[in-house]
Amino acid sequence: MAKVAVVGAGMTKFVRRAQETGPELSWQAAKMALDSAGLTLKDVDAVVIGSAPDAFDGVHMKGEYLAEGAGAWRKPCIRGFVGGGTGVFSPIQGWYHVASGQFDTVLVVCEEKMSSCHPHPQGAFITIFDHITERPLGPNLLWIFALEMNRYMTVHGITKEEIALVAVKNKKNALDHPCSQLGAELTVQDILDSEVLAWPVNRLDVSPASDGAAAIVMCAEHVAKRVSDKPVWVEGVGWHLDTAYWTNRDLYYPRYVEYAARMAYEMAGIKEPRKEIHIVEPYDPFDYKELHHLEGLLLCDRGQAARLTADGVTQRDGDLPVCPSGGLLGVGNPIAAAGLMKVCELFWQLRGEAGKRQVPGTPRRGLAQAWGDLMQVGTVVILGR
Amino acid sequence: MTVKIKEWPGTALSSRDIEEGRVLTVRHKLRAEYEWDAGVAIGRYLRELKNGRLIARRCGGCERTLLPPRMFCEECFTPTSEWVYVGATGTVNTFSICYVRWDVVRLKEPLLPAVITVDGASPGMGILHLLGEVRPDDIRVGMRVQAVWKSPDEREGAITDIKYWKPIQGG
Repeated sequence: MAKVAVVGAGMTKFVRRAQETGPELSWQAAKMALDSAGLTLKDVDAVVIGSAPDAFDGVHMKGEYLAEGAGAWRKPCIRGFVGGGTGVFSPIQGWYHVASGQFDTVLVVCEEKMSSCHPHPQGAFITIFDHITERPLGPNLLWIFALEMNRYMTVHGITKEEIALVAVKNKKNALDHPCSQLGAELTVQDILDSEVLAWPVNRLDVSPASDGAAAIVMCAEHVAKRVSDKPVWVEGVGWHLDTAYWTNRDLYYPRYVEYAARMAYEMAGIKEPRKEIHIVEPYDPFDYKELHHLEGLLLCDRGQAARLTADGVTQRDGDLPVCPSGGLLGVGNPIAAAGLMKVCELFWQLRGEAGKRQVPGTPRRGLAQAWGDLMQVGTVVILGR
Repeated sequence: MTVKIKEWPGTALSSRDIEEGRVLTVRHKLRAEYEWDAGVAIGRYLRELKNGRLIARRCGGCERTLLPPRMFCEECFTPTSEWVYVGATGTVNTFSICYVRWDVVRLKEPLLPAVITVDGASPGMGILHLLGEVRPDDIRVGMRVQAVWKSPDEREGAITDIKYWKPIQGG
């Protein structure tokens, strides 16, 4: 397979409600990514668009709707969708477009505008539950997270206090992100005192609904060497789907994340991920998910991620910085754009361009992961320099 | 290149921007109606719920008893072989105490969703349902529960023919 590089990245601010439309946000992120690589749309051979359910926008054929903004006019274009896993799956699609040898330069654009859905974007999620055996029970999206979080806490004997440390860390990290929606200096007690939505989930355990876009430019080795003096390379990719019969699985452990990670580690030739991965951007729509995913990624033993957090290992200056960006909890969660924001963060961190967020010691290799659908999709990208 | 970018794009709106008409919006209410065929496996599942019973499908290949029932086994990728009645008792695998509705309207009386692993189905085969006749503070993972059915004339062949699951006394 041909080597594939990332040579540019861009994103918009993540906000609760943006004045710009989806195509306008897409254009802003795509243009920034191209500019940062010193390229123009003429250099782009194909476009990958990532966006989550059409139900947020109430617009069918959302890929086509976003296409002009994403630079896809009169170009080969595909829109990928694997639920919340989309933002890290889109660069995987970009990778195989280039690795196949079919295209030299691919623009990957992820956009989400959740604010259009009223009275609340959460309403768009009820259709993920089985329409015959589950929806008549009146479920909402919080249920699956609350049920999973409780199972995870119960099996391992983890407390809400330990989990709240993740929200404190990520919201604090986000204060240094120029695009963040919810950067804040909070205490564990603030998290515990916030409104109980669906026990064990409190309001500050949850990432917000957001509007925003992110984009990267991916290209073949011969292009990367010509246009960039600091290309970042795709070293591994992995993705995996578990059963939609989610009540038939033990929710305490995300097996699909492990399988996706193993695929990516094997491709990258990584034998000891705990030593060979230097920064991690796991998907953190809820604070416990960061812990859950660190375990699925084999970056710590099952049930041990809370301890790593308490010991400060996952702080930006710790041995394994986790969500140095501020994550979804802090930067915001425009679903597909949030996943790609994590890949952008790795790009900036590995190039030493992350400003106030820069992890010390110039990390050499990072991993981004997203998760989605009925707690069943794992997507993983490993970048290195 | 984050350090080189001074102005990041994207314009945040406040609710006052909308209320005071500083930006223009267009509203639309989508009206769509669907009628879903329950299918072969779930069709029988619903019919048995109307009879006050839970039914599963057994796979001759992996020998799992599958709940909710399906006509093919996703693991063996072969047809499942027989119908098996399972108990209307089970164990709380996990639960939540939920104070918001699907549209984020707050609830005074919480909903008590749970994953319940059902006796007679293979280990770990659970369904999503609700708990009732229990104080939220008393719910525990591992608690034994039994289905509370609607009366026969109220049942309509739906998952809600079970009103909720309540703790088994002394269970």
